Amino acid sequence: MVHRSPFHDRVAAANETSLWSHWSGHLVVEKYQMAEKWEYVAIRNAAGAFDSSPLYKYRVAGPDAERFLGGVLTRDIRTCAPGQAHYTIWCDERGHVNEDGVVFRHSADEFLLTAAEPNLAYFRDLIGHERVEITEVTDEIGTLAIQGPRSHAILSRLAPAVSALGYFEHTPAKLGASAVTISRTGYTGDLGYEVLCDAPDAGAVWDAIFEAGAPHGLIPFGQIALLMARIEAGLLLIHVDFDASRLAENDEHRSTPVELGLSWMLKGVDDDSRPFIGRRAIRRELADGTSRWKMMGLMVDPFDYDAKYTAAGMAPPKDHIPVHEDMMVYDGDARRVGYATSFMYSPVLQRHIALARIRPELAVPGARVNLEFTINHRYVQVAADVVRNPMFAPARKTAAMNGAES
Amino acid sequence: MTSEFDAIVIGGGHNGLVNGAYLARAGLRTLILERRELVGGAAITEELRPGFKFTTFSYALSLLRPDIVHELDLVRHGFMPLLMPSSFCPMDNGDSLVMGQDRGENIREIARHSQRDADAYDQYRHDVEMVVRAVKPLFDKAPPNLTDLSPEGLAEMADLAAHLRGVDTGVLHNLVRLLTGSAADFLDDYFESEILKGWLSSSGIIGTKVGPMSQGSGLVLLFHSMGEHDGHFGSWAFHKGGNGGFTQVLARAAEAFGAEIKLRAEVERVITANGRATGVALADGTELAAKVVVSAADPRRTFTTFVDPRELPADLVDNLRRYRYQGTSSKVNFALDGLPAYPSLGDRADMFRGFTNVAPSMEYLERAFDEAKYGWYSTKPYIDAAIQSTIDPDMAPPGQHVMSCFVHYTPYELKGGDWAKEREHMADNVQNTLESHFPGFSDLVLQREIVTPLDIEQVAGLPEGNIFHGEFLAPQMYFFRPAPGWNQYRTPIEGYYQCGSGTHPGGCVSGGPGKLASQRILADLTR
Repeated sequence: MVHRSPFHDRVAAANETSLWSHWSGHLVVEKYQMAEKWEYVAIRNAAGAFDSSPLYKYRVAGPDAERFLGGVLTRDIRTCAPGQAHYTIWCDERGHVNEDGVVFRHSADEFLLTAAEPNLAYFRDLIGHERVEITEVTDEIGTLAIQGPRSHAILSRLAPAVSALGYFEHTPAKLGASAVTISRTGYTGDLGYEVLCDAPDAGAVWDAIFEAGAPHGLIPFGQIALLMARIEAGLLLIHVDFDASRLAENDEHRSTPVELGLSWMLKGVDDDSRPFIGRRAIRRELADGTSRWKMMGLMVDPFDYDAKYTAAGMAPPKDHIPVHEDMMVYDGDARRVGYATSFMYSPVLQRHIALARIRPELAVPGARVNLEFTINHRYVQVAADVVRNPMFAPARKTAAMNGAES
Repeated sequence: MTSEFDAIVIGGGHNGLVNGAYLARAGLRTLILERRELVGGAAITEELRPGFKFTTFSYALSLLRPDIVHELDLVRHGFMPLLMPSSFCPMDNGDSLVMGQDRGENIREIARHSQRDADAYDQYRHDVEMVVRAVKPLFDKAPPNLTDLSPEGLAEMADLAAHLRGVDTGVLHNLVRLLTGSAADFLDDYFESEILKGWLSSSGIIGTKVGPMSQGSGLVLLFHSMGEHDGHFGSWAFHKGGNGGFTQVLARAAEAFGAEIKLRAEVERVITANGRATGVALADGTELAAKVVVSAADPRRTFTTFVDPRELPADLVDNLRRYRYQGTSSKVNFALDGLPAYPSLGDRADMFRGFTNVAPSMEYLERAFDEAKYGWYSTKPYIDAAIQSTIDPDMAPPGQHVMSCFVHYTPYELKGGDWAKEREHMADNVQNTLESHFPGFSDLVLQREIVTPLDIEQVAGLPEGNIFHGEFLAPQMYFFRPAPGWNQYRTPIEGYYQCGSGTHPGGCVSGGPGKLASQRILADLTR
């Protein structure tokens, strides 16, 4: 039987739609309310809560934990101090990305790594002579993400320590009688936090947060709203924007960090004290300029979009539900120069947007390309601007919250 | 007089700001003059009680033209329309109609009141949307000038005729039925349910001295369907921080394009020389020169206050004398200590996330109108309420709320009475009506703000308190707004233009007049 998250009782009571789906063997909510857009608005305007407990979680501990992760993760783990967290990836020896995740450092020799897919065997097999132990703790931890402009006001009243948290920092805290970890992380690109608790405490943690949050407009949100927010935030989704190299069928389905727009993780790649899997191939790729793509944002020209639909006798649809299918990108000479992997109408940006791989020479902000739509059962190209990711990045996402009132 | 400006815009309401922003964007050195201490005109948000934000006058983002959002780069300056996911219509018998975002659920909800209407609802929406789409190109373009027989003028008429020839005959007929008929006749064709018709016909009376059974209410219904939010026609949104939040966004955009905004700068008159506008004189005696002067005020102030009507053609002055304002709308806004309760819905609160429409039937609206017809305010008023803090938590302290109530009918001219004496009693009628639907409502009231048509006139400057700068009646729309021959934003005084809601396409926070006027001005400048 499909597994239930530690928050399941509360989630089930709040789910007004009875729309469920499955994620990593867990029962999860598509949308709690009939209007998924209302849940999305809460993330951008008030606060929303998302149960992300199904993410795989691994405890990585031991005197050589840092050295082990340093050899596996693409981003330099040595720059992640205790109390900090890193969004990171791990590659294969050909420099192709396997997966991504967030690693929390609790102490000099203890880490917690989250991943979208099972990775226990993969990581364990990579242990050589390092003194490190990897334990799966997925079911032991409940994770509730509190995201949105009011998230700080809600959580700081319960746990004042969150006010001192910088972006991607975490702290131990108490919510009522429950010991929790609160991190300033999330998958929405907004001001937000994630609360990690012991699974048995999940109900009490949910109740405490909702009691404090309801007057601020806190509501739970489901997968649809989450997947809307993450496109605006430029955050990648496995199986949609990329595939794990180790499970891919061919190189068309593999990507390098540079191709995924993650070059910023490669700081210190030339430093020989940082030997990680894939480093040699990545350095060669950088030196030879062999990257095939670069992940960029696309913003569709609203005038061209409306004109093409109006000319076809249709009202231009502005559908916020994410489309996770390839859409072709062409240059002015009708040559294919890329493809979009995630597409939506963004209410907060008032534009249709996409995450797209673009040929490197056109992957510059301000470049004009054409995105292919199907209008009246025919392929029609609509102009779009190439832009940097993230397309939505409010100042509050990373702003200091010390002394902030809300 | 120094001439440091190319253009001076009189009035920092939403159309003045839109107009000034477009002029500045085109490179004109632009000055926007606002009489009050804040921009926004009738689209403002005021913190009348610590933590409680009131949308004193205009209360929703109704008809804003989507092109303006993109052309003025408003998202960058904080533009943020928020979904209003529900419509809630309480009924006299304690039942209700609650409409949401799910089509299937809406159909079932309507079916509780009439199975037949449930089926008709999709057809009604489709038919109105087809009319809206046919009208939209005309709405977003300056209308032809019937008196202009130049080749350009005739070409504009020919374009209009060509557009109408391209419209499906059935759609065209529905258009004419809406433009000339009553909302009641149109709705009766589709529906039998009183609550559904009460709800839908409400948008046929907003801001206008007509009842749903009056000829002409169809036009008002169609007008309010011209709104567009995220691709949905007829859908209204709430701007973050209220409409004051929106006009602050407009002000930032205008300034970013280089426009200057001067507050507490009341214009006394437009300075003219040899039939040409050369600048403005402020009430404090300051004179400012500019090649172009644009009035965002209503036609009465534009043509009879800022300039001497004796300088204008007699037929224009005559038409302006006949131009009807007769404001009939009021606002009663509340600060509340909690959410009202609707007994038959238990502890449900989701129905408050949109408009609460107090109009249990078309007859209720028509009877409310009857009293106004004879010069008095409605005993049982129509109320379009919104508890805005349920949509935007920044509008009130946590757990407390603000409720905006748009009220009809409250005629500007009371027969044998005056608003100074009647204002509290009018607001009592509103509060009592709310109390009858939401028992215990009055116990929640922390504060009450009353805005009568007289207040709208005195504070926002709109004559007779008409929220649209003049009624939406066929004789003062399109070719004739504000007067025949002067419907293309020009005035008889060269260099003096109009860009307020008294010009096409008209009132509501659409920005349309401000944008279309800027196109006329910029085209004239390159002649």
